[in-house]
Amino acid sequence: MDRGVAAMSAPAALEVRDLVKRFGGLAATDGLSLAVTAGELHALIGPNGAGKTTLIGQLSGELRPDAGSVRFRDRDVTRLPAHRRAAMGLARSFQITSLFPSFSVLDNVAMAVQAHAGHSFRFWRDAGRDRRLGDPARAVLERVGLSARADVYASDLAHGEARQLELAMALAGDPALLLLDEPMAGCGPEESARMVELLRSLKGTVTILLVEHDMDAVFALADRITVLVRGRALATGTPAAIRSDPAVREAYLGGEAA
Amino acid sequence: MTRPRFALLVMLAVGLLLPVVAAWMGEPFYVRLGTRILVFALAAVSLDLILGYGGMVSFGHAAFVGVGAYVVGVLFVHASEYTPILGLTATQNALIVWPLAAAVAALAAVPIGLISLRTTGVPFIMITLAFAQMLFYLMTGLKAYGGDDGVALWNRNELPDSPALADNTVFYYVTLGILVAVLVAAHRMVRSRFGRVLRGAKDNERRMRALGFPVTRYKLAAFVIAAAIAGLAGALLANATLFVGPQYLHWSRSGDLIVMVVLGGMGTLAGPVVGAAALLLLEEFVPELMNLAKPGLGEHWKIVLGPVLLLLVLYARRGLWGWIAGSRR
Amino acid sequence: MDTLLIAEQALNGLQFGVMLFLMAAGLTLVFGIMDLINLAHGSFYMVGAYLTAAFVGVFDHFLLALLAAVALTALVGLAVEWTALRSFYRRDHLDQVLATFGLILFFNELARIIWGPVPIFLNPPAALAGTVNLFGLQYPAIRLAILGVGVAVALLLWLLIARTRVGMLIRAGATNREMVMALGVDVRLLFSLVFALGAGLAGLAGAMAGPVLAVQVGMGEQILILTFVVIVIGGIGSVRGALAGALLVGMVDTLGRATLPALFRLFLDPAAANGAGGAAASMAIYVLMALVLAIRPRGLFPAG
Repeated sequence: MDRGVAAMSAPAALEVRDLVKRFGGLAATDGLSLAVTAGELHALIGPNGAGKTTLIGQLSGELRPDAGSVRFRDRDVTRLPAHRRAAMGLARSFQITSLFPSFSVLDNVAMAVQAHAGHSFRFWRDAGRDRRLGDPARAVLERVGLSARADVYASDLAHGEARQLELAMALAGDPALLLLDEPMAGCGPEESARMVELLRSLKGTVTILLVEHDMDAVFALADRITVLVRGRALATGTPAAIRSDPAVREAYLGGEAA
Repeated sequence: MTRPRFALLVMLAVGLLLPVVAAWMGEPFYVRLGTRILVFALAAVSLDLILGYGGMVSFGHAAFVGVGAYVVGVLFVHASEYTPILGLTATQNALIVWPLAAAVAALAAVPIGLISLRTTGVPFIMITLAFAQMLFYLMTGLKAYGGDDGVALWNRNELPDSPALADNTVFYYVTLGILVAVLVAAHRMVRSRFGRVLRGAKDNERRMRALGFPVTRYKLAAFVIAAAIAGLAGALLANATLFVGPQYLHWSRSGDLIVMVVLGGMGTLAGPVVGAAALLLLEEFVPELMNLAKPGLGEHWKIVLGPVLLLLVLYARRGLWGWIAGSRR
Repeated sequence: MDTLLIAEQALNGLQFGVMLFLMAAGLTLVFGIMDLINLAHGSFYMVGAYLTAAFVGVFDHFLLALLAAVALTALVGLAVEWTALRSFYRRDHLDQVLATFGLILFFNELARIIWGPVPIFLNPPAALAGTVNLFGLQYPAIRLAILGVGVAVALLLWLLIARTRVGMLIRAGATNREMVMALGVDVRLLFSLVFALGAGLAGLAGAMAGPVLAVQVGMGEQILILTFVVIVIGGIGSVRGALAGALLVGMVDTLGRATLPALFRLFLDPAAANGAGGAAASMAIYVLMALVLAIRPRGLFPAG
């Protein structure tokens, strides 16, 4: 039922082939293949235990797969560490908010800008007054609607704002692929709605792989959806195709989508 | 004027005036004590760069102080015996010896850092402690340079064509100048891009990697820079005490340096200076006070210091500088 | 070097290895379960040694003195856990380092006040004062006894951890602290128990070290740093790793001390060779540690 992968003609930003990751005897990723087309918003859904977290670990470079390959921007990155992939333009957000709590909101984003501004073996100039870091950071904050909170400590942000900052940091390096790990996690309805709007505004400008539990958000936003079950891609297709796919309904959506 | 700025000015004034006051009081001893405080402040500041700013709890920092001191000691032995070292004539020129001490300490820090930084947290603490112990044993094995007993130096390193450093007051001011220069440079560094990477890695190392920073490389650089400054402090220590021995590398010295940093306030540059002054002054005067209560009691003052440390960690984590400078994040 | 000499050194290495294991087992469990780095673990070793010396003076019976000393050291450990360290489980490692550094200063100074700065040399019990003939090797009975006790305690420890309910909790706690807390176990009691057990084992090592080494202030830290090397090599939090690391370090250190000075005498004059060889022998285990870490950063048997 692996329809989407071979059928796509547009260039793939990310291509995963036959990926396998075992923990002890248990295969958390079990021969998974997946392609994210440049420019699309591709959503990844699956029941708990389907292997989403393990997959993200392997895509971002924090986990090494046992078999299979990950290609990013036409390069085999299977064995590259996380920071090298990030430098190539693979940006990610974390399911559990991961910020620099003792830095201001602006400096959190400036750190992300700095990551893409060449090496940091610069010992003398005050980075806080460096407009090459500050200006792009401000621009990104503007984009996610956090400008008013620029000088607040990251640790003092409300949950929804922290999620926005998380996204801003991922956006700051003009990534070729944005890997969003449950950006709505822990958000209330209002915060979720704001995040959906934000993601919608990003659509088309950046390639996104969105892992999310919130079905309404996924079906509202995604160009294509891949359903992950027991470490494999059960189906890939447009929201409409996924909604009507009997195997998906059987395995996952059940009564919820009916 | 802000409170921290005022406190810094007071500290600088005390530093500048101490020899004058000591001379007026007829207590030259205070100049030597002051010199020791400045030297340990330098070492503590260097530790704080990796501990307070980089989040690397190194329990082996005294080893780099010791390595720096041994550079002075080894060169002294060769110079006084008129024997060449590595085919070269041993120099006593401070302008060569002191940078050399920093360089050798930095060189020692490269392999130690490379291996230690493969780990974080508790293993990092244990490994840095173990490597320091290894260097300690290395120095005790250097029989030609005193072995267990160390080497007493007859005189300080010299400036070209000038015996000025032999004078305690001159040496004090030179040490003060070096400390101030290092503090200024460190102040720039922690605010630079490099410093941000370091502080970011302390805050959230995983996030730094996800942003694309090769974090270990920056941490290693900081580790080596800190070792170089510690090596310089070691060279000054050897000159201040006119002695070089393995006890400079003893594990408890590394503990003392951590105490200075935390006591003064880690993650600040003035903190370690205050901490070094506080610990050395306590060490100097608490035993005397205890001896007043009962003669001979003072030699056991650490039985007081130990529990005080524990309470300090429990209830006063911000350190003396946090208290002096007032509330600030 | 003839085989008898090598056999003797190998036995010495084993004996040192089991001593290190007694130290490392407690330390690694305390770290694995409580996430506490306890620098004062070496102090329990010292306390065990001094108390044995003191009780030998009272009872005039070594075994009795040893048992009393071990029990009392476990109690001292319990007291330390209750009064001082309990507040530090949730603190970061730097706080723990500083606090337990403070404890070291306290215990060392206390020992110096009570027993003075001069090392005490303990006589082995009369029954173990001689040598035993092992296939032609005259080996000191006391060392053989230490080896035997060490192996027996290691076995008991294994039984405790592998076969009992407390052991099950200890194992679970070492790999997943939160899970044990979620089980509704009285975690504080478990922690206290493990801490006292670790202190007792360290005390036992110290008590047995008395007749072999000098009892003196500072002995605890010397072995503590070796224990750290053992744990880092073995894999932190793992009792199996502690055993492997302890035997490895015991062997390498002992054989290094036995052979390296002789090796250096081949190309240095005797005095210089003894110095350089001794230093090289002291450094051997750190080189070993560096090698292991370069290949396996998490040690030989990483826990969890």
